[in-house]
Amino acid sequence: MEQAPPDPERQLQPASLEPLGRPDDDDLEAAVSEEAEGAQEEGSGVDTMTENNFSLKKIEISVSEAEKRTGRNAVNMQETYTAYLIETRSVEHADGQSVLTDSLWRRYSEFELLRNYLLVCYPHIVVPPLPEKRAEFVWHKLSADNMDPDFVERRRIGLENFLLRVASHPILCRDKIFYLFLTQEGNWKETVNETGFQLKADSRLKALNATFRVKNPDKRFTELKHYSDELQSVVSHLLRVRARVADRLYGVYKVHGNYGRVFSEWSAIEKEMGDGLQSAGHHMDVYASSIDDILEDEEHYADQLKEYLFYAEALRAVCRKHELMQYDLETAAQDLASKKQQCEELATGTVRTFSLKGMTTKLFGQEAPEQREARIKVLEEQISEGEQQLKSKNTEGREFVKNAWADIERFKEQKNRDLKEALISYAVMQISMCRKGIQVWTNAKECFSKM
Amino acid sequence: MKECGSLSDFCDTSLEDDAVVGPDSPLQHLLLCCAGRPDTALHLSIEMGPRAAAGLLCGSCVLSSFVLPLVGSTQGKEDERGHRVLGFLVRETWVGSPRCLDSRKPQLLLAYILYRDMVRSDLILPNGGTPAGTSSPASSSSLLNRLQLDDDIDGETRDLFVTVDDPKKHVCTMETYITYRITTKSTRAEFDLPEYSVRRRYQDFDWLRSKLEESQPTHLIPPLPEKFVVKGVVDRFSEEFVETRRKALDKFLKRITDHPVLSFNEHFNVFLTAKDLNAYRKQGIALLTRVGESVKHVTGGYKLRSRPLEFAAIGEYLDTFALKLGTIDRIAQRIIKEEIEYLVELREYGPVYSTWSALEGELAEPLEGVSACIGNCSTALEELTDDMTEDFLPVLREYILYSDSMKSVLKKRDQVQAEYEAKLEAVALRKEDRPKVPAEVEKCQDRVECFNADLKADMERWQNNKRQDFRQLLMGLADKNIQYYEKCLMAWESIIPLLQEKQEGK
Repeated sequence: MEQAPPDPERQLQPASLEPLGRPDDDDLEAAVSEEAEGAQEEGSGVDTMTENNFSLKKIEISVSEAEKRTGRNAVNMQETYTAYLIETRSVEHADGQSVLTDSLWRRYSEFELLRNYLLVCYPHIVVPPLPEKRAEFVWHKLSADNMDPDFVERRRIGLENFLLRVASHPILCRDKIFYLFLTQEGNWKETVNETGFQLKADSRLKALNATFRVKNPDKRFTELKHYSDELQSVVSHLLRVRARVADRLYGVYKVHGNYGRVFSEWSAIEKEMGDGLQSAGHHMDVYASSIDDILEDEEHYADQLKEYLFYAEALRAVCRKHELMQYDLETAAQDLASKKQQCEELATGTVRTFSLKGMTTKLFGQEAPEQREARIKVLEEQISEGEQQLKSKNTEGREFVKNAWADIERFKEQKNRDLKEALISYAVMQISMCRKGIQVWTNAKECFSKM
Repeated sequence: MKECGSLSDFCDTSLEDDAVVGPDSPLQHLLLCCAGRPDTALHLSIEMGPRAAAGLLCGSCVLSSFVLPLVGSTQGKEDERGHRVLGFLVRETWVGSPRCLDSRKPQLLLAYILYRDMVRSDLILPNGGTPAGTSSPASSSSLLNRLQLDDDIDGETRDLFVTVDDPKKHVCTMETYITYRITTKSTRAEFDLPEYSVRRRYQDFDWLRSKLEESQPTHLIPPLPEKFVVKGVVDRFSEEFVETRRKALDKFLKRITDHPVLSFNEHFNVFLTAKDLNAYRKQGIALLTRVGESVKHVTGGYKLRSRPLEFAAIGEYLDTFALKLGTIDRIAQRIIKEEIEYLVELREYGPVYSTWSALEGELAEPLEGVSACIGNCSTALEELTDDMTEDFLPVLREYILYSDSMKSVLKKRDQVQAEYEAKLEAVALRKEDRPKVPAEVEKCQDRVECFNADLKADMERWQNNKRQDFRQLLMGLADKNIQYYEKCLMAWESIIPLLQEKQEGK
């Protein structure tokens, strides 16, 4: 893990916090509540962050509300969008009381802007992903509508999760723009754009090409890229099938509700059997309606998987960055080598490789010695420049590999922890569902026994 | 008071028509003596007039009001004296229908009383020893209180046991078919041997049923499993199908066995015992009972004036009942369909975790565990759907068939009544015969009364059996679902430690 430059006044508490989205974690429960002000308890995304004056503070971040808004967009057209309220609280050490320090509204596109900024400025970091822009992997009862309240609610949780992940990252949490995102409502966009980060962004085309022409990538990154591709593929498959499973399960439970109705009707013509049938029917109704809560809980699990589906993309981006840098390096090295050769040829007068100059020399005779000297001089300057550049590129590359790999290790541990937690909570959900099933059918059985 | 002599004194006792049979009567003495002798079977032949016989069935005659208290009320239930006990009596003792139509030979085998049924092993007579001095009503009732009569005949009181098992496939040039082994054990006099074992195929069951319908038209004949199966859709020779059918055939025979009249039917006897059923069938021996004979000849075409309330009610009940069962059948089929589709998805879902597991290091075991878990749940679900298809649906369908056949018996009854009414009316118009009702009309009336009595008794027994059958069926349904969830619960609980394992170790 990358160590911060030693600074006694800074305190980092990275990675020990689990971000939101897990039902078991009591600490974070409060942050998931829908109540706005005043309902926030201690424990949501506790972390330290430093301000410019290096004061020690514990910060709690929560995305506590979502609101539908209308406004005018860039092309002056009316649009509807959802805005999210971000509240930041600082916790005083002494009494553990939290004080609301900042509160502002942001929309999804601003979150995207923040993330793009982080991606560009920290290419060696596996940047936490945002919740999905559009609802995917839905099963029939879930709405794919972005305005649907359930979707908005799950997105609110996802955005909170994103902020907590960034806040708990040892490096990202110290970013000024991130800090401003939480504290400066107006003008934030302009501030971000003023950093000129867009210019630093690699062109997409270049990023794509790099894969095919890198001669010597670090094997670990190649493997990691392969892994992230496989992970993406398997998790999307999993999410798709899970959605279908949810759909079918819904069907099974709901059809049982029909028993309730027909038992009731049947009981009307029976004397002794009537009561037993009637009450059993009631239990069938209970059974049928229990599936709604069960599947709602399962969506939670799906969201946790989705986060890592998107994380795979972030992982891939780091690998690509490495390849890009490596490609750059190799190109520069090649360039330098050819210049050196040219120089040598000029100096010795031998033409070993085909060059236009060589051709023209042959055809039109040698150039004058002064001209040659001039050219050699230029080349020598370029060569020395090139060597320096190459050196710095090499250093950069090595730094990148070192830093990136450190973050990747951190990420791996986080992933293993989180996914294990997710699997456990999934198993717990299944157990709860089984227990409910046993309960209902046992009750029904008792009613039948009284028939 | 007459001392209780040897039992043979009372055999073939003739009683006068509608004789008042009081506390000191020979019959009572006889029965009390019987009460003290656990192992003796007694036949009573009593000559009775048709009306008395019919009355006995309906619990309205004096004899029945005598016998019934003696036999006792059932434990813990409302004492609907006439019917309830009559049901017992009829079940245990009825041999053949009352021959109420031929006054020359009013042979009536009435009380084929089996002591084992009347007296349970824990019955202690108030004075010990012979009950000779205990003929007063008071002690009759104390006898009563000791008697415990269950609805069901359990093993010790039955004298006829029939089982269907051991299906075997037979391949012949012309056809392939399945036969089942029918094992019969009985101490009844009607059976020459104590034990029989024969093989029968579905056709034979079908034949038996038609014969029973023919010969006992006033009774409700249990249904057979469906005859036709769509070839290609259902495999007639698959283990599941054969087993389902075997169970249904077994049920069919057991229901007949339990029936106090049907179980003594000659055709039934032949079915259980004959080495070569085909030969017997070809002979075409008509062993119709008198009632069967007479009812068979009732022509239709008479319009019913008014249906007695109770039969109208039964008809309405059966209509709604069949309707509701049909709905339940459809719901159950739908559930099975949904469950199968759910199963299909699960079978794809589980392996994806396995695929994922192959990519991972630390997560490999947990993911593999989840995959195996889902696999176990899938298996449990498959067992559930199989059970539903094999055990639940067939019984449901059987009852639908049952109520259908019952409705046709009800129709027949209507016809018999209609004929009687028509004849009665015709007579009323012919003034000469006024004072005395002609024998023919009387015959019709008796027919109606017998039919009504048989039907009512059978309906009551049917209602009881239905209640028990459905209680068992629905409890079984609940049980299967409980078992399914318990299997899944176990699977998921067992992987929690696996998932948590390294967590603590970190």
